[in-house]
Amino acid sequence: MLVLEIRGLQTHLVTRWGTVKAVDGVSFDVAAGETLGLVGESGSGKSMTCLSIVRLIPSAGRIVGGSVRLDGEELLSKSEREMQQLRGRKVGMILQDPMSSLNPVFSIGRQVREPVAMYHGLRGQALGERAAALLAAVRIPSPVERLRAFPHQLSGGMRQRVVGAMAIAAPPRLLIADEPTTSLDLTIQSQYLSLLEELQRRHDLAMIFITHNFGIVSRICDRVAVMYAGRIAEMGMVRQIFTSPAHPYTRALLESIPRLGARTSRLAAIEGQPPDMAKLPGGCAFAPRCPHVMDRCREQAPPEFTVAPGQVSRCWLHAPA
Amino acid sequence: MPPRDGGAVTAATPLLEVQELTKHFLVPGGALGWHTRLVRAVDAVSFTLEAGRTMGLVGESGCGKTTTSKLILGLEPPTAGAIRFEGEDVAGLGGEGARRYRRAVQAVFQDPYASLDPRMRVGTIIAEPLVINERGGSAKRRRRVQQLLDLVGLPARTAELFPHEFSGGQRQRIAIARALALSPRLVVLDEPVSALDVSIRAQILNLLRDLQERLGVSYLFIAHDLAAVAHMSHTIAVMYLGKIVEIGEAETVALSPRHPYTKALFSAALPIDLDAPAAAVPLAGEVPSPLAPPSGCRFHPRCPFVLPQCSVEEPPLRSHEGRQVACHLY
Amino acid sequence: MRADAVALPEVVAAPPSSRARNVPYVSLGIITGFVLLAVLAPLLSPADPNDQSLRNRFKPPAWEEGGSWKHPLGTDRLGRDMLSRIIWGSRVSLAAGVVTVLVASAFGAAVGLVAGYYGGRVDAALMRMTDATLSFPVILLALILAVTVGPSFGNVVLAIAVILWARYARVIRGQVLTLMHLDFIAQARLAGAGALRIISRHLLPNTLNTLVVLVTLQIGYVIIVEASLSFLGAGIPPPTPAWGSMVAEGREFVTSAWWVSMFPGLAILLVVLAFNLLGDWLRDTFDPKLRQL
Repeated sequence: MLVLEIRGLQTHLVTRWGTVKAVDGVSFDVAAGETLGLVGESGSGKSMTCLSIVRLIPSAGRIVGGSVRLDGEELLSKSEREMQQLRGRKVGMILQDPMSSLNPVFSIGRQVREPVAMYHGLRGQALGERAAALLAAVRIPSPVERLRAFPHQLSGGMRQRVVGAMAIAAPPRLLIADEPTTSLDLTIQSQYLSLLEELQRRHDLAMIFITHNFGIVSRICDRVAVMYAGRIAEMGMVRQIFTSPAHPYTRALLESIPRLGARTSRLAAIEGQPPDMAKLPGGCAFAPRCPHVMDRCREQAPPEFTVAPGQVSRCWLHAPA
Repeated sequence: MPPRDGGAVTAATPLLEVQELTKHFLVPGGALGWHTRLVRAVDAVSFTLEAGRTMGLVGESGCGKTTTSKLILGLEPPTAGAIRFEGEDVAGLGGEGARRYRRAVQAVFQDPYASLDPRMRVGTIIAEPLVINERGGSAKRRRRVQQLLDLVGLPARTAELFPHEFSGGQRQRIAIARALALSPRLVVLDEPVSALDVSIRAQILNLLRDLQERLGVSYLFIAHDLAAVAHMSHTIAVMYLGKIVEIGEAETVALSPRHPYTKALFSAALPIDLDAPAAAVPLAGEVPSPLAPPSGCRFHPRCPFVLPQCSVEEPPLRSHEGRQVACHLY
Repeated sequence: MRADAVALPEVVAAPPSSRARNVPYVSLGIITGFVLLAVLAPLLSPADPNDQSLRNRFKPPAWEEGGSWKHPLGTDRLGRDMLSRIIWGSRVSLAAGVVTVLVASAFGAAVGLVAGYYGGRVDAALMRMTDATLSFPVILLALILAVTVGPSFGNVVLAIAVILWARYARVIRGQVLTLMHLDFIAQARLAGAGALRIISRHLLPNTLNTLVVLVTLQIGYVIIVEASLSFLGAGIPPPTPAWGSMVAEGREFVTSAWWVSMFPGLAILLVVLAFNLLGDWLRDTFDPKLRQL
């Protein structure tokens, strides 16, 4: 059952350097219980896409086109008031920095009680019990005592769990996690990913997981979309993408990542720099760096082509002959 | 530039020898900061590093790897233990010796946006170590700067521009050029690619390896990307709460770890290979604080294979299957 | 060139300067105008500012009844031409403002840089000194000096600078503390740089933006203090025309010969406002974090 359907989403940012097409025609679906990985580098548009879903884009941004449907309801035409009702209740978000996600001057209990009170109308003792139950659900030891603690008394991993607890307080239909483990230690990261998997199973959540780490993608994602310069370059099941990546960017990226156990003398590096979003070349944005570039690539931006059932690639190499 | 001959250093003398290196910090503690508490950031760490080789240092927050690098760089004085460089004890070096050490050991840090003075031109930044340490005119320095820029793959006119005109990857190249200005024997690389885009990391790692081949420089490579560390390093040392728990050849430690912590760490590294065996059960518990390290083996509260003696006696590093492990299991 | 050499892209063009927007041209114009008046006073002044003529006392400004264009802004109690006195008075005000601020900022920045760089006991000692100074009232000190040593230009500058430096020290030290954490300072140390080099070549240039803003904002303040001191009789002694004392002289005649106090007061207002607006713009352009100043 599809929870999220996005078609042709376009978000533009007005900057001093000109208008940047931060999200340029992005389409994908996420079903209940499914995790879609959104992979890309800085400027790829992965974070902006998710901010567009909840309509929390920066003031210099405008969603200029496309459709975002949550459980069939179009989000882009909702008023700000309606969106406020939706955020947290239907769509939960976990951001990257546990330090700034929690308010340092309020206790954990106060911060966890807030969404619970808002979504379930609970008060007093019932509210406290539900808050403690939430902390227990994210495997925080001694949850009742922890309610009185303050964010600075908790480690980074614990804080991210609290943020997770708040995100699933409703529980929502869709959970967006924007690089939640990037600032955590490796062994804590494993624990946290297991936790997210468990939460997803329990609440049948649709999940979008933003990361630049393919290792995490292979562990936790069912499908993955690789973004480049505001567009989806390739999308498909994780196994498909890893075993037979179609788009040259995906291939180059996978080849350039060092792997444990494969001792090579040189990594296969990608030439060039990530694109300057304010000055994108015409045609395919990856053309300047692509080892298989053709003349056509520089002139015209390719549409998405299906390369296998469930796998699409935005590259002229895959145009039907 | 041809690799430097060690001079009086024989083939047997390692470039860097660290013995029982210890660093304790006093931090304010207690309710009003009246008591001081002891942080055992680095505790009796020992290893050697040969010329032209790379030692990878891995571990999570609080393990002491950054403090170790600062001790080696001379940015902090050790509480105890010795650092020997080319056979000489660094602590005992006077003015001229200390200067020589300073030139021989340089660093590249993680944040490409904080490691270059925003108000100086790139040429001036790279030349600064030369200005401070070497005689010779500005013409000679200019030539050297051009040589260094070429070495790191940047065009000549880079020298005229300011840091803000460059991307993260290019800035790291500039930082590398500066680090090489005095022809150091050892460069400490503290998370050199973590802040860079994934597609750029391979470029920089390749560059670093090429430079090692050409110049014979050694690296102390600190990173949390275990695959990158394994790729770049000849030996790997795994640290936990200030101590080395396992140390050996990179392939040995990375592919067949023996210490329970090393096993947990490397399995948490999430290989990309989908057919790899399922990850071991994730470690329970938090990384404890270096203020109150557990008794005996510091890892015992989280260890899935804990034995009774682990909470009592701290295991020393013992040779086992081609590497050193500090664990009572062996 | 090596195989994986990076082709340098077009130099990232600086964005069309948002700094060019809202340049306070009016303020700049006013300041330039007064600076010119001060510098070219002997040429621009229509009359000798000390020329008394009891016959011409309290002549009103030219557009009033009884005035003439010989004294466009009227004359004061002793028949001296107001316009000339205002033009010459600008010398005093601007000189006092600029000199005092330069002296105070140089000393204050030095203290801030040293305190921030060394930290620890040095920092603690210097900051204690700074705090003590910040709590001392400027006007009181100037009055004391005027009473004991006698009023003069030098004493005014001294009295104000001796207290003003503390403001700079505080702000610059704060900046330096932030800078010290940045890796390029550690790199300078690794290159063998000593304290002097790090402070002068790395820390100071990165605090210049803040200094410029602070200096500009403080000139207005100093001009007001000087005017206040002159008003109280503890500033620049007569007969040197100073706006503050001119305002004081006209005190008793505010209802009858209003121009005697009004025009010097207006001059003070314009100059101080112009410097403050310029300072605000500089601050917003270079360092919005200084908003609390």
